[in-house]
Amino acid sequence: MTGSSPSDRSAAHRLVGTKARRIEDPSLLQGKGRFLDDISVPGELHSAFVRSPHAHAMIKSIDVGPAREIPGVVAVFDGAAMRNELAMPRMPLGFPSTTLPTNITPWVLSDREVCFVGEAVAMIVADSRYVAEDAAALVAVDYEPLDVVADCKEAMQSGAPLASTATKTNVVENFTLAYGDVAAEFARSQHVYRENLFVHRGVAHPIEGRGVLARIDEGSGELTVWSSTQMSHELRHMLGNTLGMDVNRIRVIAPDVGGGFGAKFVVYPEEIAVAAAARSLRRPVKWVEDRIEHFTSAIQDRDQDWDVEIATDEAGKINAIRGRLVHDQGAYTPQGTNLPYNAASSVTGPYIVPAYQMEVFVCQTNKPAVIPVRGAGYPQSAFVMERLMDRVARELGIDRVELRNRNLIPKEKMPYDKRLKNRAGVSSIIDSGDYLACSNAALAAIDYAGFVARQQQARADGRYLGLGFAHAVKPTGRGPFESALVRVTPAGRISVFTGALAMGQGLATALAQVCAEQLGVAIEDVDVTAGDTRFVSFGMGGFASRQAILAGSAVQIAARDVQAKALKAAESMLEVPEHDLSLRNGRVEVVGAPGSGVTLAEIALKLKGAPGYALPRGLTPGLEATAMYQYDAQAFANATHACEVEVDIGTGDTRILRYVAVHDSGRLINPMIAEGQVHGGIVHGIGNALFEKMRYDEIAQPLTTTFADYLLPTAPEIPDMQVIFFETPSPTNPIGVKGIGETGTIPAIACIASAVENALEPFGIRITETPITPIAILERLERGSA
Amino acid sequence: MKPPPFEYHAPFTVVEALRILETHSNARVLAGGQSLMPMLNMRIASPDHLVDINRIAGLTGIREEGAWVTIGSMTRQREIEFSPLVRARLPLLAEAITWVGHRQTRNRGTVGGSLCHLDPSAEQPTVAMALDAVVEIAGPRGQREMSMRDFAVDVMTSALAPTEILTAVRMNAWSARHGWAFLEFARRHGDFAIVSVAVLVELDGQQRISRLSLTLGGVCRTPFRLRASEQALTGMQGDGIDLAPARRECDGLDAMSDPQVPAWYRRRVAFTLLTRAIPVAIERARRGRNPR
Amino acid sequence: MSTESAREITLTVNGTRCTRTVPVRKLLADFLREDLRLTGTHLGCEHGVCGACTVIVDGVSARSCLMLAVQADGSCVETVEGLAATDEGKTTLHPLQQAFWDRHGLQCGFCTPGILMSLQELLRNSPSPSEEDVRLTLSGHLCRCTGYQNIVAATMDAAATLRGDRG
Repeated sequence: MTGSSPSDRSAAHRLVGTKARRIEDPSLLQGKGRFLDDISVPGELHSAFVRSPHAHAMIKSIDVGPAREIPGVVAVFDGAAMRNELAMPRMPLGFPSTTLPTNITPWVLSDREVCFVGEAVAMIVADSRYVAEDAAALVAVDYEPLDVVADCKEAMQSGAPLASTATKTNVVENFTLAYGDVAAEFARSQHVYRENLFVHRGVAHPIEGRGVLARIDEGSGELTVWSSTQMSHELRHMLGNTLGMDVNRIRVIAPDVGGGFGAKFVVYPEEIAVAAAARSLRRPVKWVEDRIEHFTSAIQDRDQDWDVEIATDEAGKINAIRGRLVHDQGAYTPQGTNLPYNAASSVTGPYIVPAYQMEVFVCQTNKPAVIPVRGAGYPQSAFVMERLMDRVARELGIDRVELRNRNLIPKEKMPYDKRLKNRAGVSSIIDSGDYLACSNAALAAIDYAGFVARQQQARADGRYLGLGFAHAVKPTGRGPFESALVRVTPAGRISVFTGALAMGQGLATALAQVCAEQLGVAIEDVDVTAGDTRFVSFGMGGFASRQAILAGSAVQIAARDVQAKALKAAESMLEVPEHDLSLRNGRVEVVGAPGSGVTLAEIALKLKGAPGYALPRGLTPGLEATAMYQYDAQAFANATHACEVEVDIGTGDTRILRYVAVHDSGRLINPMIAEGQVHGGIVHGIGNALFEKMRYDEIAQPLTTTFADYLLPTAPEIPDMQVIFFETPSPTNPIGVKGIGETGTIPAIACIASAVENALEPFGIRITETPITPIAILERLERGSA
Repeated sequence: MKPPPFEYHAPFTVVEALRILETHSNARVLAGGQSLMPMLNMRIASPDHLVDINRIAGLTGIREEGAWVTIGSMTRQREIEFSPLVRARLPLLAEAITWVGHRQTRNRGTVGGSLCHLDPSAEQPTVAMALDAVVEIAGPRGQREMSMRDFAVDVMTSALAPTEILTAVRMNAWSARHGWAFLEFARRHGDFAIVSVAVLVELDGQQRISRLSLTLGGVCRTPFRLRASEQALTGMQGDGIDLAPARRECDGLDAMSDPQVPAWYRRRVAFTLLTRAIPVAIERARRGRNPR
Repeated sequence: MSTESAREITLTVNGTRCTRTVPVRKLLADFLREDLRLTGTHLGCEHGVCGACTVIVDGVSARSCLMLAVQADGSCVETVEGLAATDEGKTTLHPLQQAFWDRHGLQCGFCTPGILMSLQELLRNSPSPSEEDVRLTLSGHLCRCTGYQNIVAATMDAAATLRGDRG
C-alpha cells in the first residue's frame, strides 16, 4: 500500500518527510493567535458557575435572588431553570454502549444531587466575569451532605456508600479480558511473581483552559459555538441532542486551541449550558474556565490499583500474566470505559505472552469524571508490564535488557496478533515494528555498556546513579474515519478543510505538506481549516494519536483526486493527451515545455462554471475533492526509552541526568514536529513519574488546586533529551505513517521508575507506585535502616 | 478568578497610608503583589480597602550605616539580588535571594512584603532571623522597632498591627572574614523551600568557631534558630566538626506536619542540609574573603 | 468613604500612549486584552505561576495577572505585539520570534508570548546567556507542549543573532 506514496509522483517535489517550518507560527509568535478568549462578539456576556463545595450532597434548596440583584447580572440559571431550556437534563453518553448502566452521565446543571466538589449547580450570566463571580458568591445553596466515597478500592467494598444515589452500585462496569489458558500456564510455571502496583496520572492541564462562546444569529436562528475542544463534530452532535436543535442549524468552530491532552476530548456540561443560555437570552454568552475550575471540574486520569502476577520459565520466558485492575472512574462516566479497557488490553505491550487474563472493576468515586489524558491508559499498562519485567529480571538474576529481548515480538513475526480486541471489537494486530533494533539503539545511545562502571564509581563517592529502561507499544490511528476536503479556488489558493483538529501538534503544517507535495505547490499556498463543522459534514477530531494517519491519509487521497481531475481538465482545455501533461509549481504543463499549459487557478475557474457554458467533458463542477478516509486497522507505533537518574539519599529527591528516546512512528511527515511531540510527551511523563499528584482528603475534598501545590515540570528539571527515530512504514495506510502524539509519554513513567529502582538497588527499595516522591523514598530508606 | 470589589488607595506618603489604615477596617496593604494578588484573585482575601504603597517615596533603597545594612521595605528583591553592597556585607542574603521565586516575581516582589507575609517556607524571613534583623515599623503612634524574633509570631502571622506599615529592615553585617551558606531543598527551582538552612560562622585564629548562627526555614511555624546547637558548637574546631548536637536539636523540633510533608521528613532533611551547609560556610570563613 | 471604583490611567504600551478609565480591580492582563485589544498576552492560571501573562513593565518582566491596571498608570508596558518591527507595512520578526519559528520552539503557542517577553528581558540584560541561564529564566513559565528543549535552543540562536555572531 505504500507503493502509491506521494513521493513517487511529481517531479522531485518532496515535502513530506522534511522539517518544514510551521505555517501556524508567524501568527502565534506575534500574539495574533485566536484562542477562545481572544474572540469577542458584540454584545457578549460572560458567565461563571456556582459549584458544589461538597463531594456528595443533596441540594435541599437554592436561592438565586440576591445574585440576580447585582448590577450587571443578566440572568441566573439554577438546575430547574436550565432543565427548561434542554431536551434532556443529563448529557448523553459519549461512546455507544449496550452494557453500561443508565444515569451515569453528568447533569448539565444538577438540581438534586451533587457528586463531586466542583460540580456545577448554577450559572450566572453577566456583563463581565468579575461581576459574574461576585454574583456566584451570593447564590445560597442549602446542601445536605451525604456519605462520601473517596477511594476506588473502598468503593468496591460491600457496605460502601454509593457515590451516586442514582446508581445501584459503585461498580460501573466489571469485565474480564482474557485469552489462552491462564490457569494451566500458572500451574505449570516454576516462577511466579506478584506485584501490587499503583499508578496515578493526574490532571491534563493544557495551559489554555476550557472555554466556549455561543451565539444565536438573530436573523437565521442558527447557533454558532466556538469551543476550545478536541472534537467539533461531536460537540455539534451533542448540542443538537441536548438542545433539541437540528444539527444543520448548528455550527461548531474550534479556534486556536492552547493544548488539549485529553481534557478537551469530551463534551462538557458547561458547553451545553452556555449554548442553552445564549439561546434563552438571545445574547452571545461566553465562559472561560479558570485554573481552579480546571482542577475541580475538568476530566482527570487518576488512580489505578493493579494486583498482578506473572509466570515464567527459568529462562524468564513469559508463560502468562493475570490480575485485577481497580480503576477510579470518578463520579460520572461521560464517555465510556475506554480508558480502563485500553489499559487492561495493552499490558502485554511488545512481548509474547501466551496466556493473559485481567479482571477490571471500574468504580465510581466522588471525584471528577475520568477519561483519557495523553497516553490513554497505555502509560499505566506500560508501567505494569515493565515493573513486572524488572521484577522477573531481578528474581532470576537475568540482565533486565536480556530478559526483555527474550520476550520481545521479533520483527519476523509481524504482523502479530495480540489476541485481544480493542474496545471497538477490532482484533489487535501489530502491523509492523522492529523492537530489538530500537532497543539496541537506545542502549547504545545511553551507553548501557559503560553504565555499571559509572554506577560503581558513583557509589564509591556516595552518589546513587540509576539507569532505567522501558518499552512501549501504542496502537495509533483511532478510526472509524477522518474527513478532508481539498479545494483549489479560482484565486489559486489551495484550501484544505478537515474534521481533524489541532491543539498544538502542527496539524495544519503536516496536512499542508501532504497536500502541497501532491499538487506540486508550496506549503505557503495551502490554507488549512480544521475543526469547523461548516466545511465538512463529518469529522472526528484530535485524540488517540490519530491525525497524521487519518487526516494525513484523507488529505493525500483528496489531493490525489484533485490532481487527477486537474490533469483531466487540462487535457480538455489544452487538447493535449493527459500522458503528455504534468503538474508542477501550480501549473499543468506540457512535458518538456516549462511555463506552458494552465494554472490550477485557471482550471478552478473553468470548473466553477459559467451560465450556459459546458464544463470540460466528463468532469463534475469544482476543482475539489472530498475524502472520508476510513480506517479500522491500527498502526502500532513503538518506543524504547532509557534514562539515567541520580537519587539524593539525603532528601529522597530524584534528578534525571540524561534521557534517550528511540521512536518508531512509521514514516514521519515532519521530523521536526515529530521530535517536538516526543519532547513534550517525555516531559509529561516526567511530570507523572515524579511530580504530579491530584490530592484529595478522606472526604474527597481536593487539596491541590493551584499550580503551587500541583507541580508541573519546568525547564530546570528537564535533562537533555535525545530522540532517535526509526521509520518502519505502516502497511495499513497510504502514507505509511503511525501516530506519535502520545508515544513520548507512554514508556516514560516506567523508564523513570526503573531508573530510580536501579539507583536504590543497594537498599533493596522497589518502586511500585507513582508519583515517586522524595518523602516516599526517604521513608523507605529510613525503614530499611531501622 | 477575579478580585472581589474594593476601594483602591494609592497614597504618596507613609503618613497618608497610615491615615487610610487607621480610618478603614478590613484594609490590606498592597506591596509587590506576588503574595496578595493571588489571594485576591482566588478571593481568599476580600479587603474592603486596598492600600497600594508602591507610590510612596523613601521606602526603597539599600544603605550602609556602620555595621548595619538597612533595606527599605519596598526594595524589590531584584535590587537586592544585584546589589554589590548586599553581596559584600550580607552575602547570605545575596545567596538566598536567588532561591526566591523566579526572575519575574523578584522583579516586583519586595523584601518587606515577604517579611510581613511570613510564609514559613519563605527564604527572606529565614535570612532575617539568621542575621538577627530588626524591623522598623511606622504606626499611628510613630516609629517603633522589633527584633525579627519578636516580629515572627506564627505561621503567616507577624506582630504588625493592621494600622501599621513595615518601613525597613536592618541587618547586622558579620565581620569581613565570616562564612555563610544558604541551602534549600525544593522540588523545582523557585518553589518555596520544603526545608532551608541558613548558616553564618566566624572562626578565631585557631580555626575554632567563635560565632555561629544556624537557622531553619520551612520546618517550624516560623524561622527557627537552633540556639542550643549554636552554643554547643561554638568553640569547636571547624575542621571535621561533630554535628551530633545539631542532630539532637533537629530531632527534637516541633516541626510542622501536613498531608504532603510530614514532620519527621522536615526534621530529617533539615539535619541533612545542615551537614552540607555548615562545611561550606566554614570553608568560606577559612578562605576569609568576601565573594567576588 | 470614597465611592470611587474606577480611575483614569495613562500609560505607554508598545510605544503608544493611551488613556483609559478602568475599574480599580481590573487586572493589567485583562486591561491589555479587553481595553486595548492586545490579546497576545494570555491568562493561564491567574495566580502567578504559569507565566503566560508575562509582559515587561518599566523594563522588567512582570506577571500581568498579579498587577492591577491602575498600578500601571504612568508606566511603560511592552507586550508580544511590540516585538516584531513594522516598517512601511513590512513586518520583520524579532530574532527571538524568528529563532522560535526555525527551531520549532512552540506548539500550541498559548504560553509563548509570555516566554518571549521573559527572554527579551534576559537577552537585553545578558547578551551571552548560558543554557542554564536560559533554563532559569524559563523556570518561571509552564509549558505543557514543548518540553522546553527547543525553546532553549531557539534562545541560544537568537542570542547569537543579536550579538551579530550570525546573520
